[in-house]
Amino acid sequence: MSTVAPPVPPSAGDAPGPGEPPRAAHRDARESSSTWRLTDRIGLAICWALGLAFCAVTVAIVGFMLVQGARYVRPELLFSRPTAGFTQADTGGFLDPLIGTFLVSGIAIAIALPVGIAVAVWLSEYGRPYPLARSVESGVEMIAGTPSIVLALFGTLLFSHPALGFLSRTTDDGVVFGRSFFAAGAMLSLVALPLIVGATREGLQAIPGHVREASYGVGKTKAATIRRILLPTARPSIVTGTMLGIGRTIGDTAIIVILLGATLQMDSGDGPGGYNVLSGTGSTLTSYVYSNAPTGEGNQPEKAYAAAFVLLIIVLLLNVGVDVVRRRARKLS
Amino acid sequence: MVSVAPHHEERPPRWSDRRVGILLGALVCGVLVVIAGMLVVVLHRAWPSFQHNGLAWFGPGGDVDEQIRQISLSGQSGTKDSDFTWTFHAWPLIWSTILITGGAVVIAFVTSLFVAVFAVEFAPPRMRAVLDPLIRLLASVPSVVYGLIGVLVITPFIGNHLISEGQKASVAFQIPLTGFSLLAAVLILTVMIAPLMIAIFSEGLRSVPQTWLEGSLALGVNRWRTFWKIAVRTARPALVAGTVLATARALGEAVMLAMVSGSVGFAPNPLDGLLFFVEPSRPLAATIISNSEDLSNPPMSSTLFAIASVLLVSAALLSLAGHLAKQPMKKYGVRS
Repeated sequence: MSTVAPPVPPSAGDAPGPGEPPRAAHRDARESSSTWRLTDRIGLAICWALGLAFCAVTVAIVGFMLVQGARYVRPELLFSRPTAGFTQADTGGFLDPLIGTFLVSGIAIAIALPVGIAVAVWLSEYGRPYPLARSVESGVEMIAGTPSIVLALFGTLLFSHPALGFLSRTTDDGVVFGRSFFAAGAMLSLVALPLIVGATREGLQAIPGHVREASYGVGKTKAATIRRILLPTARPSIVTGTMLGIGRTIGDTAIIVILLGATLQMDSGDGPGGYNVLSGTGSTLTSYVYSNAPTGEGNQPEKAYAAAFVLLIIVLLLNVGVDVVRRRARKLS
Repeated sequence: MVSVAPHHEERPPRWSDRRVGILLGALVCGVLVVIAGMLVVVLHRAWPSFQHNGLAWFGPGGDVDEQIRQISLSGQSGTKDSDFTWTFHAWPLIWSTILITGGAVVIAFVTSLFVAVFAVEFAPPRMRAVLDPLIRLLASVPSVVYGLIGVLVITPFIGNHLISEGQKASVAFQIPLTGFSLLAAVLILTVMIAPLMIAIFSEGLRSVPQTWLEGSLALGVNRWRTFWKIAVRTARPALVAGTVLATARALGEAVMLAMVSGSVGFAPNPLDGLLFFVEPSRPLAATIISNSEDLSNPPMSSTLFAIASVLLVSAALLSLAGHLAKQPMKKYGVRS
C-alpha cells in the first residue's frame, strides 16, 4: 500500500462494510489525494507513516515478549516456589508471586468494587448537597492523578499506626511493621477506585430518565429502583470498569515494593490460618520482575522474562474479557 | 411531565428508603476524608524538610546523592531533632523529571494525535479492527514490563552502539555513560504513555458528530482538511484530558524510570551537545523507590515525603490546569 494515497480503486465508491458505521472514509472513497494541496498530502503521509510505525512498534514489543516468554517459560516454574540460589537453574519458580498477584488484586477489588459503586450511585442518583458532590468528583479525579508511589508512602504511615497494627505484624516492643497484603490491597483499591467510579457512573448516566420514572410509577422506592433496575442495567459498564481496575492493580509495582515487602517467599504473620497469610508479606509478579531484572537484587533475566510473559498473558486475558463484555452489551442495547 | 420524585408529596419517604441515601452519603464522605487525610498527612510529614531548606529545596547546589547519604546517616546515628542533617537541594531530580516527562509527553502527543487520526479516519477498515484492541492492550501492559525491555534491550543497545569509547572516557571522571540515559528513559516512557493518549484521543475523535464532517465535505473540502480542521478541533477537550492523564502517569512513573534512567543524581547538561541525550539522571519518583528501605529513618522519611508532596501537588495542579483549559473549549467541543 502506498504511503500517500489510501489504496482505493476509483470504481469502488460505495459500500461501507456491513455493521460498520458509515464514516467519511467510505463515503467519498472516489476522492484521490493527488488533487490535494501539498501540505495536506504531507499530513496524510505523516499520518500513514506514524500509524504504520505504531503497528510495527506494537508488534515488535508483543512479539519480542512472546518469543522470550516461549523460550523461558516452563510449566514447573508456575508450580514451584522461589528459593535463594546462585544460578538461574536453582532459584525455583514463581508460585508465590503468582498467588500474591491474585491475593492482592482480590483484596483491592473487594474494597474498591462496593465503594466505587456506592460513590458512583451517590454521585449519579443523589448528588446533593451540590458542593459535596463537586468535591467528591474532584477528589476522585485527584486520586486518579496521584502517583501510586505517593499512595504507597501514605500507606506506610497509615498502616504503621498502632490502631491498625492487627493488619500487619507487630514487633515485641510495639513497633508496627505496616507491610502486609492488607496494606497493599487497601492502597491498590485507591488505584482501582477512579476507574470503577468512572465506568459505573457512565453506565448509570446512559440509562434514560424514563426508565427511572417507570419504576417509580409502579411504586418502587428509590432504593429498590437502584438495586433492581439501575444497577443490573449498568452491569456491563461496572464489569468493564472492574476489569480495567484489576488490570491496573495487577500492573502496579511501586505499592507492592513498598507496602508488600517484595519478599522472596510469602512470609506469614501470626494468627489463624488465612488471616496470617494476609497480614504477612509477599510479592507479586510485577515485583518479581522488578527484582529479577538486571537492575534489581536478583538479576535473573530469564526468570524475569518468564514472569513478564505470564503477566502479559493475564493482562491479555483481561483485555479479551473486556472486549467480550462490551460486545455483548452492545448486542443487548 | 410528571415530577421525578419517587414518593407521594404528603407522605415522607419510608425510613428504609431514606436510609440508603444517608448511608451512601456517609460512605462518600468517608472516601473524601481518606483523600483529604492523605493530602494533609503527606504535607505534614514533608514539612520539616521544606522548613529546614526553605526555597533552596528546589534549587541546585552540591551533589544530591551525597546529601541523601548524609541525611540517611544522620538519621541512623542521631536520635533527636538537632542531630539530623537536612540539607537537600533537589534541582537535579526536578530537572530530570522535567526533561524526561516533558520530552516523553511532547513526543507522545504529536505521535498519538497522528496515530489517533489514522486509527479513526484513514486506516482501512480491516486495519482499524486490529488497531483498536492493540492500542488497548498496549495501554494496559504493566510498566515494569516496559522497564524490563528497556533494561535488557534498549540500554545495552545505546551503551554499545550509540556511545563511543572515547566519549565514555572523556567524562569517566564525572559520570559513567553506560546506556542508562535520558534517551532510553524518554523513549520507553513515550512508548508507555502514547497508547493511553491514543485511546482517549480516538474516543474523542469518534464522538465528533458525523453531520459536521459531512457539512464540510459537502462544501468540497478534502478529507484531510475536514478531519484536521473540524474533528481534531472539536475533540480538543479530549486531547487535553488525554494529555493530562498521560502526563500524570509519566510524572508518577517510578519503577520503570528507576530501572532505565541510570539512578544517578545528575542534572543532564544541554551544553554537552549530543552527550546530553545519553547522560544518566534520576527523576523524583524513582528517587523515592530507590530509597524506600530507609523510610523508618526520620529525616530521610521527611525528605522522601517532601518529594512525594511535590509530585502530589504537581499532579493536582496538572488536573486543575486541564480543567481550566477545557472550560473555553466546552462551547463547541464534544464531551471529554
